[in-house]
Amino acid sequence: MTNGWNDIKNTDLVVIMGGNAAEAHPCGFKWVTEAKAHRGAKLVVVDPRFTRSAAVADYYAPIRQGTDIAFLMGVINYCIQNEKVQWDYVKAFTNASYIVKEGFEYSDGLFTGYDESRRDYNRSTWDYEFGADGFAVVDETLQNPRCVWNLLKKHVATYTPEMVERICGTPKDKFVAVAKMIAETSAKDKVMTSMYALGWTQHSKGSQNIRGMAMLQLILGNIGVRGGGMNALRGHSNIQGLTDIGLMSNLIPGYLTLPTEREADINAYMSTRGFRPQRPGQMSFWQNYKKFFVSFQKSMWGAAATKDNDFAYDYLPKLDVPAYDVLRAFDLMHQGKMNGYFCQGFNPLLSFPNKRKLTAALSKLKFLVVFDPLETETARFWENHGEFNDVNPASIQTEVFQLPTTCFAEDEGSLTNSSRWIQWHWPAAEPPGEAKTDIWIMAQLHLKLKAMYRKDGGKFPDPIVNLHWPYRLPNDPQPEEIARELNGYVVENVPDPNDATKLVLERGKQIPTFGVLRDDGSTACGCWIYAGIYTEAGNMMARRGTADPGDTGAYSQWAFSWPANRRILYNRASADINGKPWDESRKLIWWNGTNWGGFDIPDIAPTAKPQDVGPFIMNPEGVSRLFTRGMMRDGPFPVHYEPFESPIANPIAPKVRGNPVARVFRGDMEQFGDSKEFPYAATSYRLTEHFHFWTKHVWVNAVLQPEFFVEISEELAKEKKIASGGWVRVWSKRGSVKAKAVVTKRIRPLVCDGKTVHIVGIPIHWGFTGAAKKGFGANMLTPFVGDANIETPEYKAFLVDVEPIAGAQV
Amino acid sequence: MATLQSQDIVRRSATTFTPPAARHQIKVAKLIDVSKCIGCKACQAACLEWNNLREDVGVNVGQYQNPHDLTANSWTLMRFTEWVNPETDNLEWLIRKDGCMHCEDPGCLKACPSPGAIVQYSNGIVDFVSENCIGCGYCIKGCPFNIPRISKADSKAYKCTLCVDRVSVGQAPACAKSCPTQAIVFGTKEAMLEHAAGRVTDLKSRGYKNAGIYDPPGVGGTHVMYVLHHADKPQIYASLPNNPAISPIVGLWKGTVKYAGMAALGLMAVFGFMHHVVAGPNEVTEEDEENAKKLKDAAE
Repeated sequence: MTNGWNDIKNTDLVVIMGGNAAEAHPCGFKWVTEAKAHRGAKLVVVDPRFTRSAAVADYYAPIRQGTDIAFLMGVINYCIQNEKVQWDYVKAFTNASYIVKEGFEYSDGLFTGYDESRRDYNRSTWDYEFGADGFAVVDETLQNPRCVWNLLKKHVATYTPEMVERICGTPKDKFVAVAKMIAETSAKDKVMTSMYALGWTQHSKGSQNIRGMAMLQLILGNIGVRGGGMNALRGHSNIQGLTDIGLMSNLIPGYLTLPTEREADINAYMSTRGFRPQRPGQMSFWQNYKKFFVSFQKSMWGAAATKDNDFAYDYLPKLDVPAYDVLRAFDLMHQGKMNGYFCQGFNPLLSFPNKRKLTAALSKLKFLVVFDPLETETARFWENHGEFNDVNPASIQTEVFQLPTTCFAEDEGSLTNSSRWIQWHWPAAEPPGEAKTDIWIMAQLHLKLKAMYRKDGGKFPDPIVNLHWPYRLPNDPQPEEIARELNGYVVENVPDPNDATKLVLERGKQIPTFGVLRDDGSTACGCWIYAGIYTEAGNMMARRGTADPGDTGAYSQWAFSWPANRRILYNRASADINGKPWDESRKLIWWNGTNWGGFDIPDIAPTAKPQDVGPFIMNPEGVSRLFTRGMMRDGPFPVHYEPFESPIANPIAPKVRGNPVARVFRGDMEQFGDSKEFPYAATSYRLTEHFHFWTKHVWVNAVLQPEFFVEISEELAKEKKIASGGWVRVWSKRGSVKAKAVVTKRIRPLVCDGKTVHIVGIPIHWGFTGAAKKGFGANMLTPFVGDANIETPEYKAFLVDVEPIAGAQV
Repeated sequence: MATLQSQDIVRRSATTFTPPAARHQIKVAKLIDVSKCIGCKACQAACLEWNNLREDVGVNVGQYQNPHDLTANSWTLMRFTEWVNPETDNLEWLIRKDGCMHCEDPGCLKACPSPGAIVQYSNGIVDFVSENCIGCGYCIKGCPFNIPRISKADSKAYKCTLCVDRVSVGQAPACAKSCPTQAIVFGTKEAMLEHAAGRVTDLKSRGYKNAGIYDPPGVGGTHVMYVLHHADKPQIYASLPNNPAISPIVGLWKGTVKYAGMAALGLMAVFGFMHHVVAGPNEVTEEDEENAKKLKDAAE
């Protein structure tokens, strides 16, 4: 989230699109209730199904799954056509006035530089015009036809209300009603918040769905302000922490990136990470990259990371592919190229697409290690459970190790929520049986490996034998010790350059903030954005202060919010070019003539003059991007692409199937179905009664939602003679499931490009272990393809067929 | 549950004496705002857990509602109705938390023939006292909302206690405590009516011109109330009665029929005695014994 859960109470309009907050985030949804109660806020829901969120909405509009970009570009077009733009914001805080290089074009669904054989673009023309001074050229009058604003205007012109109806199936009057409500928030005293989740991410163009809304929010002036923002509702209590700490194959903590194999030394690595400002005087905060990186290396390898060995740069793995994401890992496993797999707090047999392929892949492993508090399907993939897991155990040679771990309520540590709040928690119960913490298990593994490498050597044992391991009990590191490491500490005294008798930083002390980190090896920091969580003042995550000056909902003394305890990102944008709040009733920080102050920690330097320094400090431009240069693989503007399995051809680019640059592995393209064979548009989702695949192990939750079902409209039920509560078979090109049918008015057929499109809804929560009735996973059906930028699988839009059946094994 | 004491009791089933009710508690109420409810069933889970109830894992019968009806173990239930508003042609998904309404004038208590099996406390809560329950099911007939259920395990009637054990120590009912959107709130009846009035004003401002409070006078008002977007049509909310009242049969039963019945019982006793005197005691024949044994074996 750019903002936070509590801040939602400050909004005038909540748009739930690409998510279903009431259903999947019921506790956070209370802030929508607060906004309605205290601000008279309205709630708009746009979803293929009339959801639990829609049940309490002021306005609901249907949309076909996988067409959000067409809808959002349609709203941007509506705002431009109807002069509903927060002009002062757009001119000062976005790149609307930047001139784009000659040569950049868009036509027939593709941008300049597409190479079909590589399924990739040459993105060299997707950039600004740079002047002789090295800065981007701008036209503040917005007259230049090649300025971002005019290119955007041209780009979105296709998405008229009629085109939106044709693509999305949203009746024109409903689309216009929603667009009108959204457009009203372009007023300086009106704000909209966007609450989204996996309904936007789980598409082959998921990143662009989110960009579409981010662009709209910028045009309306709703980023950086109270009650505004782009608010990603994270699905697990600590999934924000997972990405922050860099548990991705291509990241290191704090959103630093792993080197690629082309970056053989630290100079090559830093050459693309210098982030020189692209406009005069801008902060371009990533200029500090090397300080964060070197401090991370010191935290990892301590005394072994020296200036002479480039702070152990060689110890880092170098990527030979963009990322070893889960889809790639399972594809490698499927090809027999991966022998062992450690599966920690993860149940891929149900949570990744195409279960048949996953089972085949796991069967080729030599060993599988599962760390989990529950008896997961993945740990039992080899066990025959009739039609629910129809495998032959005798033919599977994979050795499986199940290591029982503690549950979150049984150990101490921190959780980072969607608001970026890092909150400490204490154990509430003793772990059962032989369960151990994940930290303890990892420590034993590491110490054993370290001993083996010390004894036997190896090709390059240095990264393991030299790993910094400063814990009081080496085989039992404590969560507080790890938190202190993540926060960072001073490795060597740093004298004050003005007074040699004084120290700026004293060896052994915890650092107060990332602002003091250095690139000379004198500081160590495990995750720069977490600097401040555990300072000399103690454990900041354990704070429980409830003071809230100005009633902003910031609660700055409650836990710690990264970065720097900032509650709203880009908060400088809550004030105009002169530093005066856009809306007095929502003031957040302001310029008092000499410095910035207010209710939140300012994003920019406290003395940075408002006219000089832009609010988007992480961008070298200092402004936000309506045109994103070459940073996204599938284009600087979002384009509507159909899902890989779609009921219709793309009305704006009939020849393009799916996202033209999404990665498709060999053999998977052949496993995509077409609408002749599979006529219905399916989508998968969660229900309030369950949490992923965990709560089916809990008796009470199993009572509340006991059995796997699919949802269809009354119209489709009539056509296919399906009775509500009767059994159906649903199948895709990849697999088949049996389920109970819930026939409902909450799903209606849509008319898209002149064709009636029936929607089949498939909840995900059942499997073959636990207290609930055994059921099939939705991933029997889903396609093995991910988002073009970050590889999140396309679970939200695929094709199936449905038929009634007599009954099924229970 | 009977965790409150006899001094809190203002009414007692099948009992002619008035309990002392020495302690006058303030009237309480639970307010369920249907317009804020997202149907998450946290209240159902909280009810099962707080009251330590064991419901069966059922099956899906084509709806979100699970279990499919109230049971002796499920004292509250989200009822889901898909209703197309004829005025707007828009679908509305009406989700109502069903359970005991805790009537000011409780039909169950009136219908109950077992002394002290149903009591009402001075705070308004209507409670079942299991050890006095004879499992006759008259409370079900007496309830205008069809709430109590007889347990197959012990043949006693069960329903929501309004968490009287929590309320008596100053806590809100488990359902209210667990509700994420504060669609369920708990307090004095007066405060709840005031809160509800504010909600009705908000709903009217959002176009629900018939929004209102459900506190039906036919049962003397209730200690569980609803805020409804369409208070003119309670029946669209999974058959919530428009004008609930205690069945006239209960009045009849507890009045004329009761005395006629007692007279009939008296006559039967006299007849029995006379039969004994005239015809002698009933003897059990060998055939009777044989049949009884067969029945017993079959049952085992």
